[in-house]
Amino acid sequence: MSDAVKPAVGRDHALGWGLKSVVALVGLLLAAPTVVVVPMSFSGADTFEFPPKNWSVRWYEAFFNSERWMFSLLTSVQIAFLVALTATVLGVGVAFGLDRARFKGRNAIRSLMMAPMIMPGIVVAVAIYGVFLRWQLNGTATGFVAAHTVLALPFVVTVVSTSLAGYDRTMDVAAATLGATALTTFFRVTVPLLAPGVLSGFVFAFVTSLDEVVIALFLQTPDIQTLPVQMYNSITLEIDPTIAAASSLMVAATTIVLLVPLLVRRKRSTS
Amino acid sequence: MTTATIKAPPGVSPARGAGRARRRAAGWLILPAAALLLVFFVYPIATIVWQSFTDPAPGLGNYVALLHDGISVTVIVRTLVTALIVAGSTLIVAYPYAYAMTKVGPRARGVMTVLVLLPFWTSLMARNFAWYMLERRDGLIDRMLGLIGLDGVVLLGTVAGVTVAMVQVMLPFMVLPLYSAMKQIDPRLLDAATSLGAPRRRAFAKVYLPLSVPGMLSGFSLVFIMTLGFYITPALLGSPQQSLVPQVIGQKVSALLDFGGAGALGAVLLMITLLVLFVVSRFTRPFTALSGTVGNE
Repeated sequence: MSDAVKPAVGRDHALGWGLKSVVALVGLLLAAPTVVVVPMSFSGADTFEFPPKNWSVRWYEAFFNSERWMFSLLTSVQIAFLVALTATVLGVGVAFGLDRARFKGRNAIRSLMMAPMIMPGIVVAVAIYGVFLRWQLNGTATGFVAAHTVLALPFVVTVVSTSLAGYDRTMDVAAATLGATALTTFFRVTVPLLAPGVLSGFVFAFVTSLDEVVIALFLQTPDIQTLPVQMYNSITLEIDPTIAAASSLMVAATTIVLLVPLLVRRKRSTS
Repeated sequence: MTTATIKAPPGVSPARGAGRARRRAAGWLILPAAALLLVFFVYPIATIVWQSFTDPAPGLGNYVALLHDGISVTVIVRTLVTALIVAGSTLIVAYPYAYAMTKVGPRARGVMTVLVLLPFWTSLMARNFAWYMLERRDGLIDRMLGLIGLDGVVLLGTVAGVTVAMVQVMLPFMVLPLYSAMKQIDPRLLDAATSLGAPRRRAFAKVYLPLSVPGMLSGFSLVFIMTLGFYITPALLGSPQQSLVPQVIGQKVSALLDFGGAGALGAVLLMITLLVLFVVSRFTRPFTALSGTVGNE
């Protein structure tokens, strides 16, 4: 922590002690949940203690040997993958449309795409639950994918729009003057330039679905429960210590997945 | 960027041939996503709002019931107060942090940025589980405070416990707009004020603070709006006797299938959200401040 607040040498306004300690405390607050979850999952005790007195991987064994936990993990990953795929395809279309086409109501479309972000999650959840009851989509993969895609779209649209905004279209002209057809230009110029943005969108969509609880709680049936729902139930119904392992795995998974676009970008800029 | 000198004059479609037809055609790419949102987002929301006026009987019955059932008004007020407390606490906690971010060197700023984005990265259920363990009896917070003589501080099941967890996860939404407002403040203005005889503290209050108001406004309104919709955190860390609007909406639907009543409460929540957004948009644009900082990540 002290490293985070070390003032740069020769700065005019070095941070005073008061400000430094406030920053350290806020940093502690920000990191607290992550710092707690990981050690707890390696506890050797039957009940939770923090910090644990002895260490083991028994809760990870319990997680990977439990049919229920593994099934919910598999369900979550499958749904998240389909959501990421759908949201990316649809979102890239929207970003292109908004960037390249000129028509009335562009701002209305833009607001529509962002609306799921502002709408209180519980309102979306019960509203979707209501119509899904009639359409018999509760507890179906189609229902989950459709509902989560709605939530994931804003992220894809935002990220891809940002990289389209930074796209220099004289590149297309340059390719054309060098004799490339429209198709070649698209695949050799446009796609490689936009790939990092699209990949970020995909990843954001994946994580959004993987982590979503509120809608999943309402759409769940005994046959189809996502991992976060299983975690929720294991806190509210029975405190099953396996949840500590599940939590750490979720933290690790989201971190790794979100780091992928950064690493890809870095590799590109160095090579 | 410096090469972007070829600009078409206004009214003339830029450079290349395919022109207008292709520009129109690109618009069709929006259609699939728009259709999905209409079917799975707009229609459901419209339906539940419609039901709030028609189910079980046409009229304003559900809204009148909210006023007279003896609980809804209390819950709505409690939710608004909680959101105000959370937004206020987040502002107080975030302000010095964002200020420090403008003062430190690039490396420390990098570390501070990663730290502030941590709540975004941490899985929602993992985060709430961690707070559950920290806040319960004999949890870390209870024992730590026991060491300094404060015995029996159990945050679990209290409004304070919910608030702490909410403040943590809302911090990025406050720090980022604050930071982007603060980094545009010219530090020489403060020097100018002190050189004219103002004490440092006064110069800060009279010059720096007012200039950071747009950031405070965006952050505050964002956090306020988002806090209104929290469902999981109060459900896990709060108590049923202190429930907030989202929990009541959830109960009405899952226990009673009362879509009319849930719709009415949801509509109230939505109206408050839109009202805040409208009022704030007259002064600043909360979501642009955020997308300017997060979108580039």
